Amino acid sequence: MSIELGHFAFILAFAVAAVSAVAGFWAWRDNARVTLLVRQGAVMQFVLVTASFAALIEAFVTSDFSLALAYEHSHSLQPLLFKVTSVWGNHEGSMVLWVMILTLMGAAVALLGRNLPGELLTLVLAMQSLLTAAFAGFTLFTSNPFLRLSPAPIEGQELNPILQDIGLAIHPPLLYTGYVGFSICFSFAIAALTSGRIDAAWARWVRPWALLSWCFLTLGIAMGSYWAYYELGWGGWWFWDPVENASFMPWLAGTALLHSALVMEKRNALKIWTIFLSLITFSLSLLGTFMVRSGVLTSVHSFASDPTRGLVILALLAFFIGGGFVLFAFRASSLRAGGLFAPISREGALILNNLFLTTALSGVFVGTLYPLVLEALTGKTISVGAPFFSLTFGALMVPLLIVVPFGPFLAWKRGDLVAVTQRLAGAAGAAIFVTVLIFALAGASVSLAPFGLLLGFWAAFGAIAELVDRAGFGRMPIGHSLRRLVGLPRSAFSTALAHFGLGISVIGIVTATAWQLELITTMQPGTTQTIGAYTLRFDGVQNASIDNYTAEIGRFTVTTPGSVDRQMIPERRIYVASGTPTTEADIETYGFSQLYVQLGEQSADGSRVVRAWFKPYVTLIWFGAILMALAGFVSLTDRRLRVGVPRRAPARPEPVPAE
Amino acid sequence: MKAALAALILFWLALPAFAVNPDEMLKDPALEARARTISEGLRCLVCQNESIDDSDADLAHEIRVLVRQRLAAGDTDDQVRQFLVDRYGEFVLLKPVLAPHTLVLWLAAPTLLIAGAIVIFVAARRRKPQPAPALTPDERAALEDLRKPATGAEPDLKSRGF
Repeated sequence: MSIELGHFAFILAFAVAAVSAVAGFWAWRDNARVTLLVRQGAVMQFVLVTASFAALIEAFVTSDFSLALAYEHSHSLQPLLFKVTSVWGNHEGSMVLWVMILTLMGAAVALLGRNLPGELLTLVLAMQSLLTAAFAGFTLFTSNPFLRLSPAPIEGQELNPILQDIGLAIHPPLLYTGYVGFSICFSFAIAALTSGRIDAAWARWVRPWALLSWCFLTLGIAMGSYWAYYELGWGGWWFWDPVENASFMPWLAGTALLHSALVMEKRNALKIWTIFLSLITFSLSLLGTFMVRSGVLTSVHSFASDPTRGLVILALLAFFIGGGFVLFAFRASSLRAGGLFAPISREGALILNNLFLTTALSGVFVGTLYPLVLEALTGKTISVGAPFFSLTFGALMVPLLIVVPFGPFLAWKRGDLVAVTQRLAGAAGAAIFVTVLIFALAGASVSLAPFGLLLGFWAAFGAIAELVDRAGFGRMPIGHSLRRLVGLPRSAFSTALAHFGLGISVIGIVTATAWQLELITTMQPGTTQTIGAYTLRFDGVQNASIDNYTAEIGRFTVTTPGSVDRQMIPERRIYVASGTPTTEADIETYGFSQLYVQLGEQSADGSRVVRAWFKPYVTLIWFGAILMALAGFVSLTDRRLRVGVPRRAPARPEPVPAE
Repeated sequence: MKAALAALILFWLALPAFAVNPDEMLKDPALEARARTISEGLRCLVCQNESIDDSDADLAHEIRVLVRQRLAAGDTDDQVRQFLVDRYGEFVLLKPVLAPHTLVLWLAAPTLLIAGAIVIFVAARRRKPQPAPALTPDERAALEDLRKPATGAEPDLKSRGF
């Protein structure tokens, strides 16, 4: 019964969204009743889609296999958590989650945006409703998750064993929130183009949304990367797989958007460019979510897809992306260019940031889609894989990383490059010193590793140098400096933290790649092997039967100077329902480094294949990403963002403190 | 990235072995290191965008053994790659060759970088030289006020709109 209620609620949400979209675009000009309608419509869509999502969850949790989706993707023996995550571990259910987050964003604008100009609010919510209508319609008509089976099967099939992981509980919701959050920026851009009005207040509204989405996307990508790292069994953390690229492209565009929205908010410049980035970021999010499902891109991540869905998806993508850019082409010239600035200035640095990010983005974009286009046009098949991306993307990140520390030091409008270079000399010296020290200790090999490490330390130390400089350490008594440091605006901290996190990630990538140790061998129980400073003793294998799988559990003891002995238990599992085998590597963390052990198959003589890797400072990759996301959240709490929201008709213009 | 890894199951899990096996590896560490460098850039043809080192498909295993056989027979790295391209086609290379049909792929990003740099440069030059507009009489008077030696009375800037 609740399934039908959920189904009905979803249909109703689709209808409400359609009505809101039509009404909103029909009569957006100065019409308080329509504004009220789209606002209430946005909240209602969220309530209805949430209700239908709850109905799905209930069916999965109670193992109601009369629901076809639950039958196909769940099993009564699965632990409760995986029964819940099974809801979105498939195409249909994940569509409902996607639409739910879309309506959540719309409802948030409707509730928080009371002080937005009425026309802008109407247009934004109308656009948001149009998106909801389109994708809720797509879900209902091509991928309906509410279909019943009769007679109901007694037992379900099973969630893909590799997805039976805490990662599925965290990764898709984070990633979707990131993807879909950018829909708000897209809707704001469409609204600005439709009404022809755009000002710094617009940017002040868009930037928090871009920031919020960017934070979630950063966490989602980092989480996905870590999941792949521990689940796939050989410790790779980024594969330049088309679907990874599909999530990485909106991240690059979103990063550029954050920086250009900053220029627009503070200096009223780069308007057209900011609009363009808002459009492109969500377009890439759509591409990321849906290319995979259309069957155009084959990927290790893709869902099984059928041709009808593919065509509808491509039509929807063409409508929203194409429509957005046609509108842009016709209306962009009506937006006036804003503030002036010299090439050497904070604005100039941010433009440079945008140049490198968008170029890197285009490199990833072309690399991902070129093989498809080439095959369609000439029939030639080529592969574009990790070596291509590492080279082209890496080459573009070098100048970006060199420039990053300069940006926050330069003044708006006109900066002094010589003075900034002097103030950064300390950070540069420290970065060189640390890099040389590391290579003296670790033993240098001829490679690009020292250069990569230098760039990482340069970005990290440059970020610290900015805080040190702004607090005036060394120029005044320590106590005074500390007070100044505490008094710095949160935006200063968030900038420094984000750039510091970037440097940390780069350091982790370089060290984990350049100094990784590998051990591939066969071991008899009771024997030992060494990898780096770690001695691995193989204690044997136990068999066990747990929940919905049986497992061979390998037991290892790791001995290393300076740490107590640790047990490692990599597993090989067979899932009961589907008979699918998986390998579960075990990972021990030492400081920031990790030891990664994977149990292989049994040889004829009773020995085991064992693969082990030592990955120095590998966790820095994800710590850096978490710092970047944290920086975004810090920036969101900045007072200026909270009070900067435009208020309707202030009685008197308040004095604005100079920047 | 979604239900990330969903189809991984299809490719990986149906197969028991995992990536490079101890019995495949060459005794000579230098030769084995060369084999690893080469195979990092080779695609497992039946998988999705994975190198043969990361795959446990039978074909990946075959190519890994093949690479090592060629190396042991005394081929250079390039000869090994060429041998595999002749046998499996360009599809086997994860890093495409630079040739007429891949020009766009290799040049797209650099071209955009240069074009973007030129656009920014031109825009910066165009908007630079604008002499500041002459001062209005009001502003001139305000400036005179400021220049005057302090007489005790603060110049009233607020009323002039500053």
